[in-house]
Amino acid sequence: MRSRGGRDWNAASFGQKLAAFAGLAFLHIPVWVIVLYAFTTEDRTYQFPPPGLTLRWFAVAFAREDIWAALRLSLSVASVATAMAILLGTLAAFALAHSRFRGREAITLLFVLPIALPGIITGIALLSAFKLGGIQPGFWTIVTGHATFCIVIVHNNVIARLRRLPQSWVEASMDLGADGVQTFRYVILPQIATALLAGGMLAFALSFDEIIVTLFTAGHEQTLPIWFFNELFRPRERPITNVVAVSVVLITMVPILLAYRLTRPREFESK
Amino acid sequence: MRAIAKFLYGRRGFYLALLLLPPLLWLGTVYLGSLLALLMQSFYAIDEFTARIVPKLTLATYRQLVSHPANVDIILRTLGMAAAVTVMAAVVAFPIANYMARHASPRMKAVFYVGVMLPMWTSYLVKVYAWRLVLAKQGILFWFVDQLGLTPALDAALTTPVIGGPSLASSYLGMFIVFVYMWLPFMILPLTAALERVPQSLLQASADLGARPGQTFRNVVLPLALPGLAAGSVFTFSLTLGDYIIPSVVGAPGYFIGMMVYQQQGTVGNLPLAAAFSVVPIILIAIYLSLAKRLGAFDAL
Repeated sequence: MRSRGGRDWNAASFGQKLAAFAGLAFLHIPVWVIVLYAFTTEDRTYQFPPPGLTLRWFAVAFAREDIWAALRLSLSVASVATAMAILLGTLAAFALAHSRFRGREAITLLFVLPIALPGIITGIALLSAFKLGGIQPGFWTIVTGHATFCIVIVHNNVIARLRRLPQSWVEASMDLGADGVQTFRYVILPQIATALLAGGMLAFALSFDEIIVTLFTAGHEQTLPIWFFNELFRPRERPITNVVAVSVVLITMVPILLAYRLTRPREFESK
Repeated sequence: MRAIAKFLYGRRGFYLALLLLPPLLWLGTVYLGSLLALLMQSFYAIDEFTARIVPKLTLATYRQLVSHPANVDIILRTLGMAAAVTVMAAVVAFPIANYMARHASPRMKAVFYVGVMLPMWTSYLVKVYAWRLVLAKQGILFWFVDQLGLTPALDAALTTPVIGGPSLASSYLGMFIVFVYMWLPFMILPLTAALERVPQSLLQASADLGARPGQTFRNVVLPLALPGLAAGSVFTFSLTLGDYIIPSVVGAPGYFIGMMVYQQQGTVGNLPLAAAFSVVPIILIAIYLSLAKRLGAFDAL
């Protein structure tokens, strides 16, 4: 038998390690680029390295009413879509977690389809339906699109937790004389609360950032990603675009990190 | 409230139906209904003189889709890009996933896990934009290549027919880099999960039986990692097929399916053709999913 330190496949060779760390660095390039460019004094080209650094653009961007309007719309869309997703996604997760019935497979498929198919399909499909139904695009058409994929996110998070919750706990609670409401309130809810919160935050982040579906369903409304997308083809105010970019990264990072802390796999907790 | 709960506890089927009804109604009508509307639109056609949609079922739009060589080119170009991106993402993801799953200490593993998750969840548009900064003519990559004295190599790559272009930000090569970057985490995560499940004992057995590391890799690790690769490739393939933001921001001249869908429904106003175009990725993904299912992709999700 070969020793662990020998040249068997188990030992990470230097080359393997290098490839892994290089890959991880590759994943982080854009994040650092965005941070750096928000401070550049150059306002016309993408010149690197930046000729100088400044905080000026933050003040300029701060004073722009169109950015605030887009931000407000994005936040309200994300709030409404997340609320709907938490309600509908949780109901679905409760129904599907431990039950067996005919047609369950088909329903499960339906609950992954909105994220399994590319966003453009959801977008053009909703648009086709709105056109056929004579519905004017606006706030509620955006929410409709977002809620559809946010439901899937919440459903996935909650159902994963429910499956880990031993059925015997529920039975024990009932045996000890608790009724359905009490069991839900004191046994089930504390167990799924963090999953629910994490699912909700991921759904919020996803909605806040969504562009592919939204471009089809927004009509003339401008969410923050649509504002950003339009800026990409009108590059006259590049420094402001840079500031918005770094702000969006920072804003979305908060719910993502919180969601991670709430649901992280136990194996990483090594102390 | 209690009375209702008590009533429901005895009637499990009814209780389930009550839970399932609202979400099912939503996805059933809004999502499936929209998919049906999409299918219906694709069987409509546009009147060439009035430029209005004629609501009569016809195959004319599909005929237009397959009879124009330009449209067929778009489909093949998108398919080629999706395949190339999938292969490259697997190649880049493998060392990362392998390190995470089998070599890293628990602490390092957590660092890698967050390190993969954070960029994955960072704003999609901001990442695309950042790549434009990196790939631009006077951008970051250009500067580094110049510092390393590799400009002739970059120029050679850019003058290569098909993949080249005036700059990396307007070439298929640049677009390819951005696509691989964007979907890389979707390949790393299922692949890591699959590699974590390779039993240590099999590797020891393989080594004991005299296999060289390369042989163990080819004959033991790779077949066991295949479900993970297949699961990851479903994401990279499907996401590339449907994307229209990346090809329009990091643009080469040729069109992609997603851009065609977006443009036909928008500026051109030909919703039937846009719908017909979007049916193409659905069919391609259905074919791909059935292939991936045979490789066990869904066991690794």
